[in-house]
Amino acid sequence: MNQRARLSLLVVQIFIFSLLFGLMGRLFYLQVAAGPKYRDAALSIQSRDVVTPATRGLIVDSSGVPLALNRVGVAITVDRTKLDRQPDKGVTVLQSLSTLLKIEYRDVFQRTRLCGELPKGQRAGCWTGSRFQPIPLTKEADPELALRIVERPDQYPGVSATPVSIRNYPANAGANAAHLLGYIGPLTEEDLSGANGRSYFRSESIGKAGLEIQYDEYLRGSPGIKTVIVDRKEAVTSTTQNSKPIGGNHLVTSIDVRVQAAAESALADAVRRARSMGYPSDGAAAVVMDVRNGQIIALASHPTYDPNSYERGLTVAEAKNLYSEKAGVPALSRALQGLFAPASTFKAVSAVAAANAGYDLNATYDCPSQVEVGTRAFQNFESKALGRISLKKGIAVSCDTIWYRIAFDEWLRDGGLKPKSNANDYFFNAAKGFQVGVKTGIDLPSESSGRLADREWRKSWYKQNKDFYCNYKDRASKSQQTAFLVQLAYENCLDGDKIRAGDAVNFSIGQGDTVISPLKLAQMYAAIANGGTILKPTIAKAIVKTDGTIIKEFKPEKLGVIPATKETIKFLNSSLREVVISGTGAGAFNSFPIPISGKTGTAQVFGRNPNGSAKADTSWFASYGPSNKPRFVVVMMVSQGGFGASISGVGTRKIYETLLGVEGSKVNSAKILFPSGIPPVGLPKISPATKVKGAK
Amino acid sequence: MSLMSQRINYRKSHRPSAFAGFDPILTIAVAMLLVIGTLLVYAATRNWYAANGLDPEYYLKRHVVNILIGSLLAWGTTIIDYRLIRAYTPFLWIAGVIGLTLVLIPGIGDEVNGAKAWIGLPGGFQVQPAELAKISIIVGMSMILSERNHDSDSPSHRDVMQALVIAAIPVLLILAQPDMGTVFIISIAVVTIIAVSGAPLRWVAGLLLVAVIGSFAAVQVGVINDYQVKRLQAFVDPNADLQGSGYQLRQARITVGSGGFLGTGLFNGPQTNGRFVPEQQTDFIFTVAGEQLGFLGCGFIILLYLLILMRAFGIARRSSDPYGKLVCTGVIAWFAFQTFENIGMTLGMMPMTGVPLPFLSYGGSSMFANMIGFGLLQNVNARHRG
Repeated sequence: MNQRARLSLLVVQIFIFSLLFGLMGRLFYLQVAAGPKYRDAALSIQSRDVVTPATRGLIVDSSGVPLALNRVGVAITVDRTKLDRQPDKGVTVLQSLSTLLKIEYRDVFQRTRLCGELPKGQRAGCWTGSRFQPIPLTKEADPELALRIVERPDQYPGVSATPVSIRNYPANAGANAAHLLGYIGPLTEEDLSGANGRSYFRSESIGKAGLEIQYDEYLRGSPGIKTVIVDRKEAVTSTTQNSKPIGGNHLVTSIDVRVQAAAESALADAVRRARSMGYPSDGAAAVVMDVRNGQIIALASHPTYDPNSYERGLTVAEAKNLYSEKAGVPALSRALQGLFAPASTFKAVSAVAAANAGYDLNATYDCPSQVEVGTRAFQNFESKALGRISLKKGIAVSCDTIWYRIAFDEWLRDGGLKPKSNANDYFFNAAKGFQVGVKTGIDLPSESSGRLADREWRKSWYKQNKDFYCNYKDRASKSQQTAFLVQLAYENCLDGDKIRAGDAVNFSIGQGDTVISPLKLAQMYAAIANGGTILKPTIAKAIVKTDGTIIKEFKPEKLGVIPATKETIKFLNSSLREVVISGTGAGAFNSFPIPISGKTGTAQVFGRNPNGSAKADTSWFASYGPSNKPRFVVVMMVSQGGFGASISGVGTRKIYETLLGVEGSKVNSAKILFPSGIPPVGLPKISPATKVKGAK
Repeated sequence: MSLMSQRINYRKSHRPSAFAGFDPILTIAVAMLLVIGTLLVYAATRNWYAANGLDPEYYLKRHVVNILIGSLLAWGTTIIDYRLIRAYTPFLWIAGVIGLTLVLIPGIGDEVNGAKAWIGLPGGFQVQPAELAKISIIVGMSMILSERNHDSDSPSHRDVMQALVIAAIPVLLILAQPDMGTVFIISIAVVTIIAVSGAPLRWVAGLLLVAVIGSFAAVQVGVINDYQVKRLQAFVDPNADLQGSGYQLRQARITVGSGGFLGTGLFNGPQTNGRFVPEQQTDFIFTVAGEQLGFLGCGFIILLYLLILMRAFGIARRSSDPYGKLVCTGVIAWFAFQTFENIGMTLGMMPMTGVPLPFLSYGGSSMFANMIGFGLLQNVNARHRG
């Protein structure tokens, strides 16, 4: 054997050994250095989290009657990832499902589209969740149909049927409460990204509006998670971990379904009556609140919608209708989102301002048919001259001219168009004291704060609009070029940054740029009724665990005190009582057996309806009762409803009838809701089966 | 005539005891691999077979039978005088070529994973002629390159060419299956044998060049079919084809990597038990070791291969007979590169080919061939120490 062969053998040996050491190195990298990474990768291949959503907690009224509960249904779901893999992108499958389930193809198509896939403006009824969640077409399928679908996976690829929990709003006592309760829906990608600091599982549902979103973290509970190990065929080989779903906690509210139902039907009735009188009446709201603790007993908005429609699956038509102007935007909760000029209901604030400015509340004042304010004459309501009357009477009959004069005098005293640096601003400060322009802080999402049109607001308004008014001829549209509007624009450009005499007198009777929500007015009148305390309105009374343990109780929260002396409040109480005895509210409350105090309001609205007609007045009635020992505040507002007394006054009476058990001119003791005169203080027993007491 | 009498004479005069001259360390290392392999084959198949209502010990039983038959073959190969093997080599070679031709005939050859490499036998058994062809090539080439008809110490060009023809015929037949992994391993063994035979260096250099150009041309001209191109592409970019070859390689890497330092414990791996890696009792047996035995176990397995090769190199170096030396060299190259190709593929260092891991993978033909190879090493060691 030659030397070279020996050498070759050595070279081969070195080469082979270095290859094997190379394997060792690679092995070390894979298993030791990168081991944790590969372990994670393996885990994601082998393990699947099976999420069992928790049963959502109930929402009940103050006597335990369910407002929201859960039912079991059969969902027909579609897997978009599988559907998209079909040669025709699943059109045939969806078409046959449409026929089978008797849902219009348009709706089947829309429900299975991710919202992001559709152009803006055509998203009504789209799927807000993600592609990787099973998309339900219906949650209330006939089990027999469901079985037919499951048995034919070849015909219905990507379609499955599963029993699901359906959130149900049973409308006990006929209470719809849609705006109050909200609804639930699938998680969005944003929810899943953890943007709000919570983590969710894809298959969970989440509160989308109202109480459902406000108290979602309590109601939702925590889902059960079972981690299973699967093999290549996705067959489960073992279950490694198991956490049971924990049912969501129940929410006890201060709502009473009977009062809620009464408020809703009173609104519907008021709208009907207003329309029969020729008013468009495009919306209405009512608030019933406990003046002692701020607990909301009823909160209604009209028009409304069926809160179950979301779980049923919105049709395209339903989804469009929710936000349609023609249908009156049913999605809008007017009680806390609708902003309107408060009109004469605001005179309670003006009375406080006048008292603080030193006016004698017990003196008499002249109520002429009109008052000259600067160069313009401001008319009394219906231009009646009532002569010299007491201020109390002035409030009862809703004389405007008394307030014009006081407000004008005070405006002049504060410097007029050249305001003093230390202006008294009695009117603005009284309104501020009532927290006008600030949210009430109710435990519902999306409340509007309203607007207090004081000097600061004026200045910021001017900053934003100066350009428009000072170049009105170029900026405004042709239809806006009337002589009156051009003149107004000229004046706005000239001194729009200042409170002018007209602004000041309008403010005193709740007209002009100051707007509030019905809920805010209820909060203000509750303060007058309870001796001056501004309370935070609350709907939640307590969070209760499924076993009955109380997790959280919501205590009344004082937000402030109105800037009125005891005497002023006493004066207001007697004046507001006088309104119902002999004033503008007397007709509505004729022969009502329980003393009620209140104030009508009929607010002028500027602008035009889409059909070109001038907007009709806002009808208000703000009240509390029983007058001798106030417990409840009831506020009703009908937008474009006409007169305060005849529309909202009468509607308010209907609410009181239910609230206090009144039939005609008598109290029917069998119909008294709260025998002790106050809503339940303790917490009710919670059961989905609780029935309404005294159900008709 | 003379051959037969020689054999009888030899038997009479030198008959050794059945195990005399065995390299015990080599034997122990192989035995340990066989035991580990048995456990891994069982671990790779028991859960899946049980879960699908089949006999969980189906593969275990057959693997043990294969080992027993293989051991008999190894023992037989060891005790026969290798010069007798040399005498039978032409028949062995012709049998190999016939087998390799038969697999190409439709109806006789079974196609598995795109390669016609198996001949189906009654009773569900299959024979893979290419495995046995490796032995006939190694023995045949060694025979030609060690016989000198001239005075030179090293083989002539003519010898080398003859040897290449011996190798080329079965290699071309295997290429037609096509079984690129086996072609690759045989080619490397051929080059190694020629290099160690003392043949002119030009041959070695030339053959290496031919190998590089050949494999490049194969892809271009399309001798390598689609699925092999995909395997190669998957090697370059493992994420390219997630359901096909890339998927297998990715799963294999994840499975090995997830084992970590200590592994999940024998019979315990969820990746293996979920059968996420295909062919895990044969070509991907090392993934089972990777997941369940971890770096510690896998490192030990590689050390066992290293030990086997070290002993084999020792035998080759000590062998006074050029023929024995070349046979050893061939077996070394075969074992080493098949091991490297298989583990390298599992770890993502080599492209995917369907070669089993010596002594560990399930599979009768390869087990028999490996054991015969092991027997050849022992045979050379027993009789031709320098």
